[in-house]
Amino acid sequence: MSGLQISFLEASARKRLIGLVDANSFTEFCPPEMRKTSPHLALLDIPLALDDGVIVGAATLAGHSILIAAQEGRFYGGAVGEVHGAKICGLLGKALTDRPSAVLLLVDSGGVRLHEANAGLIAISELVRSVLDVQAAGIPVFALVGGSCGAFGGMGIVTRLCDEVVMSEQGRLGLSGPEVIETVKGVEEFDSRDRALVWRVTGGKLRRAVGEATQLVDDLIPAFRSIAIKLTEKYQSQPLASIDLDSLLEKQAELVKRRARFERARDGLEIWQEVFSEPSCVPDMTVADFNRQLGVQA
Amino acid sequence: MEKFTLALPSSSPPLEVIRSTICGVVSSGNLEILVESNPKSDVCTLVVNTSAHGFREIWEAVLHDFALRHPAGGLGFTINDAGATPAVVSLRLDQAFEICCGEAK
Repeated sequence: MSGLQISFLEASARKRLIGLVDANSFTEFCPPEMRKTSPHLALLDIPLALDDGVIVGAATLAGHSILIAAQEGRFYGGAVGEVHGAKICGLLGKALTDRPSAVLLLVDSGGVRLHEANAGLIAISELVRSVLDVQAAGIPVFALVGGSCGAFGGMGIVTRLCDEVVMSEQGRLGLSGPEVIETVKGVEEFDSRDRALVWRVTGGKLRRAVGEATQLVDDLIPAFRSIAIKLTEKYQSQPLASIDLDSLLEKQAELVKRRARFERARDGLEIWQEVFSEPSCVPDMTVADFNRQLGVQA
Repeated sequence: MEKFTLALPSSSPPLEVIRSTICGVVSSGNLEILVESNPKSDVCTLVVNTSAHGFREIWEAVLHDFALRHPAGGLGFTINDAGATPAVVSLRLDQAFEICCGEAK
């Protein structure tokens, strides 16, 4: 097997990032040697990570300059604390002066780091504002979701703000995570231990089918890389549409229509029935077949 | 957290330090290791931060063993541990050394 065929899901954040960008092009901001660790976790006397669970920096992608962040899902579920959030916000702020071709967010996060309470919540709201600022400056922001934590909570919101959302089937996207829904509403509402159900409802295929993800790719780092290149080049020639009241109202109308269409659906299967001719085949479908049947070109 | 620092004599400095490097992730049963070069010193220094209390003797055995097996003089290791087993610690140290110092043995 070729050394390049590395699963995005199984790789660490650092491996994903390095595998995605051009070889030897990455310059890290606030690298581990600077020891920008979380003061909140230190007070709680629990383990710190030297990068606070996120890697940020500049690189090139097929020669295009980009800024990029990668969250490490295995460090407290990729959760956003004060320093973690500040690193991504700083990166987005730098985009306003550096004007890269795109900003890539390799999201792998359950949302706010609850150990840091309000500091984490504020970090998320700052991230939301920063993404909107970068987009208002005409620079596209892409979310790439294929890690084991998916994109939930505040990072689910940040992901949906992005101009493009690239997912693998293994990636997940949502607001409240499965365990949260089960805890609050009971197991009858959502059984978080039913992994197949969790993926049918929050996984990449469903999110692509309902249009929340704009691209579905194989769980391979090179697959994420080639789509990221394609998207970066697409936005080079086609500038970002500006957001105005009319476009927002149009979007809202689409969402109302979608809600009405799928209102009774309790499971991803019921959505497959609406979208695909052979719904039972969807889980086993290859990404290429899935995209073909959905009538999209990757 | 239990914290301690060791300065271990090592056979010799590595032939060439390519770059400082980080290896591993801080997650349950795992650890991260940052390796930095300290050309002014010929000892190998190791700063350990671990969530598991009371295992210093075992840590020292694993770290001594590492310093014996590799020319790690002049290198500084910062370790953030979330309860890795001795075998995992040993493996990560080897990985970190290999990434940092290439094939230099």
